[in-house]
Amino acid sequence: MPQTDQPIRSATGRLPWQLLVPAGAGLALLVLPVVGLLVRAPWSTLPDRIGDPGVRQALQLSLLTATSATICCVVLGAPLAWLLARTTMPGRRAVRTVITVPLVLPPVVGGVALLTAFGREGVVGQLAYDAFGFRLPFTTLGVVVAQTFVALPFLVLAVEGALRSADPRFDDIAATLGASRWQVFRRVTLPLAAPGLASGAVLAWARALGEFGATITFAGSFPGTTRTMPLAVYNALNSDFDAAILLSLVLLVVSIAVLALLRDRWLIGAAA
Amino acid sequence: MRSDAPAVSSVPTGLDARVVAQQGDFHLDVELRVQGGTVAAVLGPNGAGKTTVLRVLAGLQGLTDGFIHLGDTTVEDPATGVRLSAQQRRVGLVPQDSLLFPHLRVTEQVAFGPRHHGRSRAQARSEAQRWLQQLELTELADRLPHQLSGGQARRVAIARALATKPGLLLLDEPLAALDAGAMLQMRAFLRRHLAEFAGPTVLVTHDTFDAMVLADDLVVLDRGRVVQTGSPADVASHPRSGHVAALVGLNLVRGTADGHVVRSVEGVEVRTAQASGGEVFCAFDPTSVSLHLDPPRSSSRNTWRGAVTGITPYGDAVRVEVAGDLAVLADVTPAAVADLGLEPGSQVWSSVKATEVRVYPA
Repeated sequence: MPQTDQPIRSATGRLPWQLLVPAGAGLALLVLPVVGLLVRAPWSTLPDRIGDPGVRQALQLSLLTATSATICCVVLGAPLAWLLARTTMPGRRAVRTVITVPLVLPPVVGGVALLTAFGREGVVGQLAYDAFGFRLPFTTLGVVVAQTFVALPFLVLAVEGALRSADPRFDDIAATLGASRWQVFRRVTLPLAAPGLASGAVLAWARALGEFGATITFAGSFPGTTRTMPLAVYNALNSDFDAAILLSLVLLVVSIAVLALLRDRWLIGAAA
Repeated sequence: MRSDAPAVSSVPTGLDARVVAQQGDFHLDVELRVQGGTVAAVLGPNGAGKTTVLRVLAGLQGLTDGFIHLGDTTVEDPATGVRLSAQQRRVGLVPQDSLLFPHLRVTEQVAFGPRHHGRSRAQARSEAQRWLQQLELTELADRLPHQLSGGQARRVAIARALATKPGLLLLDEPLAALDAGAMLQMRAFLRRHLAEFAGPTVLVTHDTFDAMVLADDLVVLDRGRVVQTGSPADVASHPRSGHVAALVGLNLVRGTADGHVVRSVEGVEVRTAQASGGEVFCAFDPTSVSLHLDPPRSSSRNTWRGAVTGITPYGDAVRVEVAGDLAVLADVTPAAVADLGLEPGSQVWSSVKATEVRVYPA
């Protein structure tokens, strides 16, 4: 359509400083803290400290709880996303609003809310305690529940988006071929939403791994049972700054490694 | 889990249906009677409600009134509250855009139906392989849908539908949006394999030629209603409205081509501008046919002698049916009918330019 290259030339030229300066400042804000971590890291004592049982314990606990929470998110979240995307269930808008609440809720408030529901004197927790002597807060399972609470919305929204963009007529065809609604979900709907499910799970896992506020409020900070990496970092901060840096580095490396691995295996594989 | 599907038997039986459905302010009311082993083409312009008819027959959309019977089975009848779900009714649907599951290879695609009709994984696979073999698609077995052309995808979609041994086969615009070569292949494929299917087939199309070549019966639809039914030849020669005449106006001759001449089954020669060979269809529009009382002299024209057997006025024109060496439909003006003094029994010469005759491999 353009007869000359004039429109193109007008789009180039000097980059405006009004955009360059804030963009550079933003980038610096993101990069400098990581640089700071690397510069201040106690590299000389690092080999000794990394084998510290406290570090290993916290890391194991973090990986275990974050992965468990992600599995919970997939098992609970995918059906929830399906209900939102594929049915005309009444009150769907209200349900979607409720789901997004943990996204905007400060995690500490989430922890308090979890206590009021599942705490020993909570709405549900008291019943469970009276009936079975079962106590959720301040246990590893409590950590998983807190992490699931904050991570679930990420998964639901990602999967719902994927389901909405998948053509529902595939479901129709599957039904004409004799598949029940469950079989349609399992063999057609879910595979079609797999990229969304994968990226939702990665988001949920990252969110669960970094979870701090709800965990410390609902599950406390007991070494070996509820003190996950972020809690260990916070704990170390008060006594041993070098240890805090080290734990932070470990967390950084682990999360980047896992994300990179999943990215190669899942996200790119799904896009191909 | 699988035994809960009271499968409609795959014994060849007919379809008897009155499809009444409401979609917004669009009202659909279509009666369909299709015998086992025959093909009915639902013909109509876009927006006539053709796809909706198929969706309702497949159980993807409910009837508001009417009924669907397949042989002795009541598939759906709002009056008695009977409604087999899409899963239960064994109706094979081939959508216009094929809708192959993007994550399944062709064999798994075709095995999908058998798998959900109680076959083991291995059984379903071997059934799928047999279908692929029968439909000459074996070389595509390991491909994913994105590795198939439009025509191949559609053939796989047909194999997928047939593999459930449906009691009714539904094809939505099976020849639309294919390039010329793929369309020829697809037409030949349908002619060959629809004949092997024992159940009734309903195919929806906006293309008269496809309808006439593939179908035993035409159901002409306009704005949600049937305006005419009958055999293709019958509908074409006796259009009941200008709409039908415009839609179903086609002279069709089957024969053997040798260069620029096609010899019909009855031994009549049709000259064509387009060179071809082998078994073909010749098609030309009634509007390109002119009628004369004396034999016209022109080497570029086909001329056939015959007698007027029918005069059907429609809209601003008159459709004249001429029987003779070749049965021909001609659309002429009322003035021409008066000038020539045409009436049933009149001897006339019909002529059509060789350039007006289109040739399709059969």
